[in-house]
Amino acid sequence: MSINLQALSAQLLVGLINGSFYALLSLGLAVIFGMLNIINFAHGALYMMGAFVAYFLLNLAGIGYWPALFLAPIIVGVFGMILERTMLQWIANLDHLYGLLLTFGLALIIQGVFQNYFGSSGLPYAIPDALKGGVNLGFMFLPIYRGWVVIFSLVICIATWFLIERTRLGAYLRAATENPTLVRAFGINVPLMITLTYGLGVGLAAMAGVLSAPINQVRPLMGADLIIVVFAVVVIGGMGSIMGSIITGFTLGIIEGLTKYFYPEASNTVVFVLMVLVLLVKPSGLTGRTT
Amino acid sequence: MSKVITRLLLGTAIAAATVSAAAAQDKNVKIGVLTDLSGIYADLAGPGSTLAAQMAVEDSGLKAKGWTIDVISGDHQHKPDIGANLARQWFDREKMDMITDVPNSGVALAVNNVVKEKNGVYINSGGGTSDLTNAQCTPNTIHWTYDTYNLAYGTGTALTKAGGDSWFFLTADYAFGAALERDTTNALKAAGGKVTGSVKHPLNSSDFSSFLLQAQSSGAKVIGLANAGGDTSTTIKQAAEFGISKSQKLAALLLFLTDVKSMGLDLAQGLSFTETFYWDMNDDTRAFSKRFSERSKGAAPPTMVQAGVYSGTLHYLKALEALGGNPHDGAKIVAKMKDMPTDDKLFGKGSIQPNGRKIHPAYLFEVKKPSESKTPWDYYKLVATIPADQAFTPLDKSTCSLLKK
Repeated sequence: MSINLQALSAQLLVGLINGSFYALLSLGLAVIFGMLNIINFAHGALYMMGAFVAYFLLNLAGIGYWPALFLAPIIVGVFGMILERTMLQWIANLDHLYGLLLTFGLALIIQGVFQNYFGSSGLPYAIPDALKGGVNLGFMFLPIYRGWVVIFSLVICIATWFLIERTRLGAYLRAATENPTLVRAFGINVPLMITLTYGLGVGLAAMAGVLSAPINQVRPLMGADLIIVVFAVVVIGGMGSIMGSIITGFTLGIIEGLTKYFYPEASNTVVFVLMVLVLLVKPSGLTGRTT
Repeated sequence: MSKVITRLLLGTAIAAATVSAAAAQDKNVKIGVLTDLSGIYADLAGPGSTLAAQMAVEDSGLKAKGWTIDVISGDHQHKPDIGANLARQWFDREKMDMITDVPNSGVALAVNNVVKEKNGVYINSGGGTSDLTNAQCTPNTIHWTYDTYNLAYGTGTALTKAGGDSWFFLTADYAFGAALERDTTNALKAAGGKVTGSVKHPLNSSDFSSFLLQAQSSGAKVIGLANAGGDTSTTIKQAAEFGISKSQKLAALLLFLTDVKSMGLDLAQGLSFTETFYWDMNDDTRAFSKRFSERSKGAAPPTMVQAGVYSGTLHYLKALEALGGNPHDGAKIVAKMKDMPTDDKLFGKGSIQPNGRKIHPAYLFEVKKPSESKTPWDYYKLVATIPADQAFTPLDKSTCSLLKK
């Protein structure tokens, strides 16, 4: 087949945009797994809650997109911290499987409740006025909002990476996961730090939800549709690796975009084919530490 | 000796009479609403379809005459194997008599075979593929509300004649999408249009930008959306984002009331599409919709699919009453349903063709501007009415084997 360069570059850009969602979501998952050792299956449901909170803020309180971008992650983050305190902390020292099952159950309950009240077809959420319209790049028409998504996600990803890998607080966190007893001996409140970390991971998911609300419908199943792909991203990147999940998120978005150009029918499965290949060659993931 | 023979004959006669009386008195009916209770079509069919079937049972008045009619519902989860297995279990264990709804053409075709094998009755309202009354037709199936031919003919012909003579398709990658693309291609070619290309997308996608870019670069005048439910509303939303709606026309080949609700009128305004039922058509449909929405989730009026479940179930019960009960011979009941003219308050007077296709008028609607919408759910403007005899596949073009006699 002849390759149309224009169309190809357009697909690359679209892939990069989707990659930003994968990166933001897998980043939250990696933070939670790296620090709490919990495979957070409720991540998709919390992402969906982020979008819904933005919708409620707008329609019940008249609070628009910009405040919601920060308010919704805080609200959903607090909800996450309550979950951590009331449920997750009791199973933190058990096998991964228990955390996975508990959070999977939570996801089903949260989605079920939203679906019961709001149906399945979704609610409208408009693009903020300042980001409406688009620019003609020559090879494609780029909606300004999508460009914003890429830039904003990149900034948030780098900030999170910096917080965990390059600050004193991050150093405490990493130390607390290696040896909680020792860190506690220095007078640091480890359980509080764990709770805040879970809140941070959940907040990242909710922020992705707000970002996605104007592009997709605000739908109860929006997280369920995405979460499996995001898990594949995390597995490929290496469970718990912050930088790995960011890079893999963007890369897989691009690979998916290319598949949509060359063979659209396989676009839903290409990520899993890659996951199988990576696991066969390097079971700890591309950037994962072998433990 | 003759006394013995007389007694024997008498005994046999009494036994035969008892058996036939028992058969005639069998007034226990079981109706299964096989639908999508949790996925992307749950709002346009789902619990609302179950409610519609229950209302049909109430309105039939048969319960007051001593009939026992149970309505149960099941979730096919958009998987043909799950749908077919559930249907099989219903017939084997629950002694089901009739199955209705079944949104998702893949599941609809799978269930079609099971119902024929078990000699039940199948009144499809939610599934779209026109194969149900063509290559896959059976003596047990009636396709009630709409089909891909009907959508294709209505919208495809109208838009092509209005100048949209080159099309690019964005097609959901399952039985329904394939059938809709095929039927629309035929309709628009007949009207003088051509197809420049198409792309298939997986069912229930969240991102359509790649596909939309391909449609955009094709330069076609019309982008035909051969998908449904949440897929359609997401496509339309993202098409607006990419500025496509300005340069090319979007044709939502299948659009439901609930899709318009989820998009909002701002985005949906001006879309033209074909449906066979709208709640605000006349006093009868408004009265029914009021009763329906008082009992439905979110006070939603019935969609075309839910209205079809009501109308189909009501006609089924009328046929059963005319037969005096005994609901277990599906082919016989379907034959009776085809013999009787249909008449209800939602679809008006109609009939059922020998291939199982229910015939009624179809309507070309346009979505209102936000300023034109006066009440909640006031979304559609009637553009044209397609008479019943033109709205569906002409019998001489149907490939149904029941017609070759």
